Amino acid sequence: MSDYLEQVFNGLSLGWILLLVALGLTFTFGQMRVINMAHGELIMAGAYTPYVLQTEIGLFAGAKGAAFVVALPLAFVVAGALGVLLERTLLSRMVNRPLDTLLVTFGVSLILQQAAKDRFGAPNADVVTPTWLRGNWDLLGFTMPHRRLFIMALGLVVIVGVWAFMAKLPQGRRMRAVMQNRDLASVSGLATRRVDAVTFFLGSGLAGVAGVAVSLIGSVGSQIGTDYVIDAFLVVIVGGLGTLRGAVIAAFALGMTNAFSEYFTTASLGKAIVFILVVAFLQFRPNGLVAFRTRGLAT
Amino acid sequence: MAKGRRFRGSIALALTVALAMAATACGDDDSEEGTGGSGDEGGDEPVKVGVLHSLSGTMSISEVAVHDAELLAIKEINEAGGVLGRQIEPVVEDGQSDWPTFAEKAEKLLTVDKVAAVFGGWTSASRKAMLPVFEGLDGLLFYPVQYEGLEASPNIFYTGATTNQQIIPALDYLKEQGLTKVYLVGSDYVFPRTANKEIKAYAEANGLEILGEDYLPLGETDTATLVSKVEAAAPDVVFNTLNGDTNVAFFKEFTAKGITPDEIQTISVSVAEEEVSGIGIDNIVGHLVAWNYYQTTDTPENVEFVEAFKAEYGEDRVVADPIEAGYNAVYIWAAAVEKAGSFEVDAVKEAAKGLELDTPEGPITVSDWNQHISKTARIGQINAEGLIDEVWASDGPIEPDPCLEDYPWAEGLAQGECDAAHAAAE
Repeated sequence: MSDYLEQVFNGLSLGWILLLVALGLTFTFGQMRVINMAHGELIMAGAYTPYVLQTEIGLFAGAKGAAFVVALPLAFVVAGALGVLLERTLLSRMVNRPLDTLLVTFGVSLILQQAAKDRFGAPNADVVTPTWLRGNWDLLGFTMPHRRLFIMALGLVVIVGVWAFMAKLPQGRRMRAVMQNRDLASVSGLATRRVDAVTFFLGSGLAGVAGVAVSLIGSVGSQIGTDYVIDAFLVVIVGGLGTLRGAVIAAFALGMTNAFSEYFTTASLGKAIVFILVVAFLQFRPNGLVAFRTRGLAT
Repeated sequence: MAKGRRFRGSIALALTVALAMAATACGDDDSEEGTGGSGDEGGDEPVKVGVLHSLSGTMSISEVAVHDAELLAIKEINEAGGVLGRQIEPVVEDGQSDWPTFAEKAEKLLTVDKVAAVFGGWTSASRKAMLPVFEGLDGLLFYPVQYEGLEASPNIFYTGATTNQQIIPALDYLKEQGLTKVYLVGSDYVFPRTANKEIKAYAEANGLEILGEDYLPLGETDTATLVSKVEAAAPDVVFNTLNGDTNVAFFKEFTAKGITPDEIQTISVSVAEEEVSGIGIDNIVGHLVAWNYYQTTDTPENVEFVEAFKAEYGEDRVVADPIEAGYNAVYIWAAAVEKAGSFEVDAVKEAAKGLELDTPEGPITVSDWNQHISKTARIGQINAEGLIDEVWASDGPIEPDPCLEDYPWAEGLAQGECDAAHAAAE
């Protein structure tokens, strides 16, 4: 019984990681229909932030834990800035040209990966886990590592923050307006280009925060972006493009499915099973879990 | 009017492209006719050798240091006068932890750079990818990492341990210590799968119980489910053949769940001093490893080697078994070349047979038929400084038996891989 509970915990833990990684993509892909292949590298930029703070900023030489905490908002800003730069210089010139954005962002991702290799060296870097995150909690017969609990808490804070932003703040409402019907929003007087920049900043910043979370689990290298970008796209597609609720449900569904199928079979087979189930699911609901229905001609 | 402008534009573009191609073609010709590769050209021209390791990707955590050691050996030999009076020029390539890339770069080193020998590889997957290249082009590969055995290519020298020099002594040790319930954990490629086949055959013949066998894709960092499975099975020991970054995630998760080596011990064959610094000492202290050499190994050659390595690359660098094996590989090749008086592959291979050398791991002898070397097996335990203390060693160097011919329980595993080597030796 406790084995199953443990797997539920592992599934939830994986789900939170998937959600953090995919949340940013929900905005850029879901709302702006921009296929950002460089999303993984934004995660990588976020993952390197605590490493830079811990090893290169003398201020934090003795306080790796403090460096880690500071890295969270900093990664948001760094990745967000990188994303906005990408959007303003390249993507804004390619509105409504999805194939072009795909190719361009793919190229940007390669450039960013090589830049990381040149800057940080090819071997992977290790982010030191803060002392207050080591150790674990024994509950209901199984152990929960503090790191994973922290990722869950972080995910919760992020999700609540994003929901509050979208529902309550005027910038969030503007984002929703542009997402639902761009032409109508623009005709109503919204500066759609500026809203796009804010959306991209938010989406990229969230990827950066996800990167910090990911640095707790394994080592940080120039290729970790490619490890996570496919899972991120999977969550967004299954969840239904652009919907927060869909992304949340999809992330946990995928996380649980992955954890349980890996438990009963093997890691490789577990991944294959998840993909097969996603393909089967998309046959029945091609618009994803939570589809966006409008009365307009543009969907 | 517009059509005319577009037409002229495309001609201009075509001309530019043609010019660019011509320019690069000219450039390439110059470099190919350049100074000598192998062959008995003699004289003062340097001799090129290839150094082919993963300098990026998941395996770079392990391989960059091996490449460093090989460059150090080349530098030392050059300072002592080179080999056959010629300086050695290393040509470094990055395998990028991608096996087809290893094969591609190996082919480039042999055909374009015309190197006399290549020092490279780590994963058995990279070696298997390079094997047909070296056999097809009759090149020479020096492979410095422990592996699963069951191979004896005429074009590869194996300076790392084969099964009977690492895995089998480790299993003997576990049996002696009474750790008989074993859980097998590995990365999903040829080395762990083959090694586990051998382990299961040994277990059946020697009374060890295999509680489970699980594989993770190379580069996988989510080890939560695997660690849960291991915990649930409650083995005495985990035999760990994971490679690359996955070890970082595995030991972090293992320790985060509060499992100590007293509850579940692990013994790893791909974790050495280099990987320990990537994993974090606190996450792995007290766990066992099985190798043939540690930084703490007590020989006069080792004292010199450690000093030289740290002087070249930094005081906080560590040395480990594959690093030392890479270093030895260059010296073995140089010694064989001196003895043969030539860089020709067949002459070097003949001269290497029975070659004896004093190395940091102790005195070694190159086999006279399978191009492996004799090695002492040593079991170690990771200490609080991140170095490894020897807790058991075999009585002197063990002769390499890559196809496990001396072990009745291993019958059928080799499937004739060593027949060619036996035939060539007669």
